[in-house]
Amino acid sequence: MNAFFEKLGFDVLLKGNNMLRLLQGLGVALRISVISVVISIVLGIILGVLMAQKNKVINVIAKIYLEIVRIMPQMVLLFIVYFGITKVLGINMEAEKASIIVFTFWGTAEMSDLVRGSLISIPKTQYESSEALGFTKSQMYMYVIIPQTIRRLIPLSINLITRMIKTTSLVMMIGIVEVLKVGQQIIEANRKTSPNAAFGIFATVFLLYFIACWPISQLSKYLERRWEN
Amino acid sequence: MEDILKIEHLHKAFDGFTVLEDVNLTVKKGEVTVVIGPSGCGKSTFLRCINGLEDIQDGRVLLHDEVINPNKKDLRSTHEKIGMVFQSYDLFPHKTIIDNVALAPIKVQKRKKEDVYKEASELLDRVGLLAKKDSFPRQLSGGQKQRVAIVRALIMHPEILLFDEVTAALDPEMVREVLEVILSLAKEGRTMLIVTHEMDFAKAVADRILFMDGGHIVEEGSPEEFFENTKTDRAKRFLDSFKYK
Repeated sequence: MNAFFEKLGFDVLLKGNNMLRLLQGLGVALRISVISVVISIVLGIILGVLMAQKNKVINVIAKIYLEIVRIMPQMVLLFIVYFGITKVLGINMEAEKASIIVFTFWGTAEMSDLVRGSLISIPKTQYESSEALGFTKSQMYMYVIIPQTIRRLIPLSINLITRMIKTTSLVMMIGIVEVLKVGQQIIEANRKTSPNAAFGIFATVFLLYFIACWPISQLSKYLERRWEN
Repeated sequence: MEDILKIEHLHKAFDGFTVLEDVNLTVKKGEVTVVIGPSGCGKSTFLRCINGLEDIQDGRVLLHDEVINPNKKDLRSTHEKIGMVFQSYDLFPHKTIIDNVALAPIKVQKRKKEDVYKEASELLDRVGLLAKKDSFPRQLSGGQKQRVAIVRALIMHPEILLFDEVTAALDPEMVREVLEVILSLAKEGRTMLIVTHEMDFAKAVADRILFMDGGHIVEEGSPEEFFENTKTDRAKRFLDSFKYK
């Protein structure tokens, strides 16, 4: 049995505090994504509501912003912010801060587009029939428009959240020691004693990402089913 | 009978294009007025101007001698007094049938929850839909949804009900169940203003027919007068378009 674990390289996990270090790495990844997601949701909702107002100036600016985010690979954004902007502005920014800025920049763009899409997908007649029933504007949004928007929005934004968690694997490129980087370090350090560590470690990293994302996507499925009626 | 609703010299234009021109109408309490006319003649816009869903360019709409359009400041109480049912039902998809009905009286009129739910059940029972009270709108047929929409307007105890082509989106076999509800409301003396394409229904339900064309009321009269003894050529041509020879 032990030989089997060694062959697959899982034995490394039990050496020293390797498993704990991987979990700490996952913690870093989750910290970056949770902070970015929370800020993105708040800013994305504000921007999305503004975009749904059909103001020309706001929409042109938002469109340029969205296109930049769509076209630019996240890694390039990371490099620009961490290596580029910090130099130009002569500031010293921690890598984690830089990655949160980049992830928020990206998440806000996508979130705002989802919010805008959900808002404009509510038929005009929902507003009219609420008005005809005598609701004030705030009652109309509170009881009719926002609940419907949220129902459309949540499955879409959960998809965004899991993508953001997965994409944190890029931040090791600017020197952040998150779960994937920890994995590499462990493999490196045990190259001689456990040459097969790569499989065991990366499989564990895979599993950790899965454990982080799977409940979230299950929640989205559950909500979708519950709201189907 | 007292006058409930008065429309004086109503003028409505969309981007300079006149839709309604100098429309005048007085509706008495308990009166059922049916508006007919070709598509695009302005009859739906006319209804929407009455409860302030559209702004108007000239003239005014009065409910009990109180100006309600143009007068943006207190449209809310207006909306409580004027019920409206739309062609596309517009139930709230995220709420059950009974919650659809109960939401506005609880939130807008601040009535007691238990009273509202009791009345909602009674009204749903009246239109034969009590068994559906915990269903969601998407589980109902078009005709059922439209009956719920009528109940949703009724529970506000409006003084006048506006019906905007409420059967136009329905399959033919569902038209009747909706029209029968409206007919029973007419029998109990409700004041209603109905836009419809159902001529037989118009004949059966109306105290008065208004024929609109090109943004004007072209002809007006009791159903007998209007259908048996049509005066204007335009109305005659319109009625002929329903006959197959």
